Amino acid sequence: MNRYSLWQYLLIAATLVVGLLYTLPNFFGEVPAVQIQPHRVTLKADSALLGRVEDILKKGNIAPAGLFLDAASVKARFADTDTQIRAKDLLQSQLGEDYVIALNLLPNSPRWLASIGALPMYLGLDLRGGVYFLLQVDMKAAIAKKMEATLNDVRSNLREKRIQYSGVAREGQGIAVRFREQPMREKGLQEISRALPDLDLRTVDDAGEFRIVATLKPEAQKKTQDFALQQNITTLRNRVNELGVAEPIIQQQGADRVVVQLPGVQDTAKAKDILGRTATLEVRMVDDEATGNPAVIQAALAGQVPFGDEIYVERGGAPVLVRKQVVLTGDRINDAQPGFDNQTGEPAVHINLDGAGARIFHQVTRENVGKRMAILLFEKGKGEVVTAPVIRSEIPGGRVQISGRMTTQEAHDVALLLRAGALAAPMEIIEERTVGPSLGAENIRIGFQSTWYGFAAIAVFMIAYYMLFGVFSIIALSANVLFLIALLSMLQATLTLPGMAGIALTIGMAIDANVLINERVREELRNGNTPQAAIHAGYDRAWGTILDSNITTLIAGVFLFLLGSGPVKGFAVVLCLGILTSQFSSVMVSRAMVNLYYGGQRRLEKISIGQIWRPQAATKV
Amino acid sequence: MEWFRIKRDIPFMRHALIFNVISLVTFLIAVGSLATRGLNLGVDFTGGTVMEVAYAEAADLGKIRESLARLGFTDASVQNFGTSRDVLIRLPLKQGVSSAKLSEQVIQELQKEDTRVEMRRVEFVGPQVGRELLENGALALLFVSLGIVAYLAFRFEWKFGVATIIANLHDTVIIVGCFSIFQWEFSLPVLAAVLAILGYSVNESVVVFDRVRETFRNRKMRNLTVAQILDHAITATMSRTMITHGCTQIMVCAMLIFGGETLYYFALALTIGILFGIYSSVLVASPIVMYLGVSREDLARPEVQKKPGESGAVV
Repeated sequence: MNRYSLWQYLLIAATLVVGLLYTLPNFFGEVPAVQIQPHRVTLKADSALLGRVEDILKKGNIAPAGLFLDAASVKARFADTDTQIRAKDLLQSQLGEDYVIALNLLPNSPRWLASIGALPMYLGLDLRGGVYFLLQVDMKAAIAKKMEATLNDVRSNLREKRIQYSGVAREGQGIAVRFREQPMREKGLQEISRALPDLDLRTVDDAGEFRIVATLKPEAQKKTQDFALQQNITTLRNRVNELGVAEPIIQQQGADRVVVQLPGVQDTAKAKDILGRTATLEVRMVDDEATGNPAVIQAALAGQVPFGDEIYVERGGAPVLVRKQVVLTGDRINDAQPGFDNQTGEPAVHINLDGAGARIFHQVTRENVGKRMAILLFEKGKGEVVTAPVIRSEIPGGRVQISGRMTTQEAHDVALLLRAGALAAPMEIIEERTVGPSLGAENIRIGFQSTWYGFAAIAVFMIAYYMLFGVFSIIALSANVLFLIALLSMLQATLTLPGMAGIALTIGMAIDANVLINERVREELRNGNTPQAAIHAGYDRAWGTILDSNITTLIAGVFLFLLGSGPVKGFAVVLCLGILTSQFSSVMVSRAMVNLYYGGQRRLEKISIGQIWRPQAATKV
Repeated sequence: MEWFRIKRDIPFMRHALIFNVISLVTFLIAVGSLATRGLNLGVDFTGGTVMEVAYAEAADLGKIRESLARLGFTDASVQNFGTSRDVLIRLPLKQGVSSAKLSEQVIQELQKEDTRVEMRRVEFVGPQVGRELLENGALALLFVSLGIVAYLAFRFEWKFGVATIIANLHDTVIIVGCFSIFQWEFSLPVLAAVLAILGYSVNESVVVFDRVRETFRNRKMRNLTVAQILDHAITATMSRTMITHGCTQIMVCAMLIFGGETLYYFALALTIGILFGIYSSVLVASPIVMYLGVSREDLARPEVQKKPGESGAVV
């Protein structure tokens, strides 16, 4: 009765082999590598790039340990980190700004393992070091900005159609357009509803004034918010690319949040600096007349800002009065590069605008030669004038150069900010977790060590207490760890330090099933059953109990997974998977060994499960 | 080896009242401490910034405090973390200061005193995130409890479900109570440990109740009273209980000793949970089942239902 059929043994052997295969990559460790990824959509990672990289490295006398092409990038492995860094610097200078050159670690496992999809476990930030940010997008600001743009649209539309209105202004969440006469308002109403279908329009008459109150339709509001979020994610992705991170994760969380994970970032300060600049850019006209008048400036500083203006401080420290009306926003900027002025040799920033931006810019510069325009940088609702250059001439074609009163570093910074694109709405870091690389390595050591020591102690105890059945239990437990690690590797679930604690805890809990079985077998023997019957009853009766107890832990694990966050989620994943694998390994794998060893012996007198104490025997003495 | 040589069933249920009094007293102490002292909630829940910095030599905490005071943090907590070279700095939330800038400021200020200071870890949690984490934690606790009651009610009978969850919530309160009494930091991993323990120590009740059910159905034991059956079930599973929990505790001890500061409180919560879990799921849950008036009829359904078409004969 204690026999498995051949297919059962084969099945168990097969699972063990698969488990071993997928656990294997974790033992090979990682090698330093450089990853080359095109920055622009027009460029592709192809064999030409591969050849170029090979060429550059050969000329630089750097021999890569391996060079290959994958879906989106070219990767080069190196023997040590020194070579890796030298290669990165070389490639950076040769390939230029068009490619993201990032330091990375690649699994050192043989090619055939990678080809069957066997990869090492995906380590969380607390184990490999890196930065985690949770950013909250200010949706109110996104809507406000949209309304500001809509206001301009309303104004220009009415002007174009020569519909006379007496004023347009923001009013709470919406816009109010005032008219003197009712017929004009009717025309205005028609025009606005035709040109701007995203608006809910309502008419209000009071005190001889005819007004249209426009608010964003709910679906348009949602669209605006979604767009703002997407735009911010794109912008963040660009900024992260500037940083050269190998496997960044930038994704939406909930309706208004963005998660940014930068594994393996060594210079966390720089990462925070670039991401932390949650800035938006606006180009507006300077109110030169008022700014030139010290009395007006004085009054403005005291709170008496002229109508239609806002007061900001320029980087040098001088106050500037700027029109409220926005000429351009940062999302019209295609590209920006630091460089030098052709004539004066001064540091400069070269900006390239998109089609619509170029048209607007052309028109504005034509109308305002000799006047100043301001590029405003908004960080957390606080605006600052980055630079306020004088418009020397009409600028067609969308190629703009800003120069004067700038250091090389400043030009570089401004260009980076402009190039990375503006955020559609301000963002704020609401959660941050940074783990230095040394702590990450230490966490791996700690997690591994405590698991290993605990496992060894349990093994010693189980074998001493249950003899051969203890050995079977421990082999089953090892199989459990094997399955668990193989599953984690296959699923590429994130392993965190609490996750490693979860592996340890799973080992501690999975042994319960074997203790339960072994105790049951002993009890059956004590009750006078034959060894074969005792084994059979022990495994049979324990199955249901083990299932019950595993399910309750699984319930806890599932809710922990659903409601937990970050590292705790990692713990929950391991806990749930560990329960599933232990149900299989503790019962099936250990049973297979017991069956294989004892099942064939017909006249089994004694089994090695430690001493069986019988009350009767004790009373005799 | 055979450590648990028990000749007769131990009459646990005769002393049920004593266990109940012990439980009640510990429970009340825990609740009292929670009500008066509250929990020392970690940065995960309160919001704020935690920084771990490492020095090349033993760190001078006084100087670090002075540096922080220069930045305007007079209410920062500075303490050693593991070794004398590692320092943990806790900064409360400050209006209008971004986390990114804050940790940079601090590290720059510290570098003025000692250039060899290294930043190892920064955790910043904004106030709304902290609130959400706390809410989600409470929700998880609620759902896990309900889920377990539902499962046990389905698998056994509602009386067992209720008894188990009371016993285990009593554990939970005591673990959390210990964190309150000793003012240990209650962080996200600790909450995870509490929930894991909730699922884990239910095992214990399940094993005992499984045995109770089996004993109820056993013809030979027909003339035993409910209390005797409970005693028998507890005694019969005693050896397994001690060895299983011993093994789990070995593992947790390994974490407690070698797991470093990060896992310390996590492992501590597990330890308390395992110790009380043994006690409560056996000696709290069983009396409750008895008080709820469990009877043979509740469980003694025929064990094997014959499938239709099968003949009565068995070989």
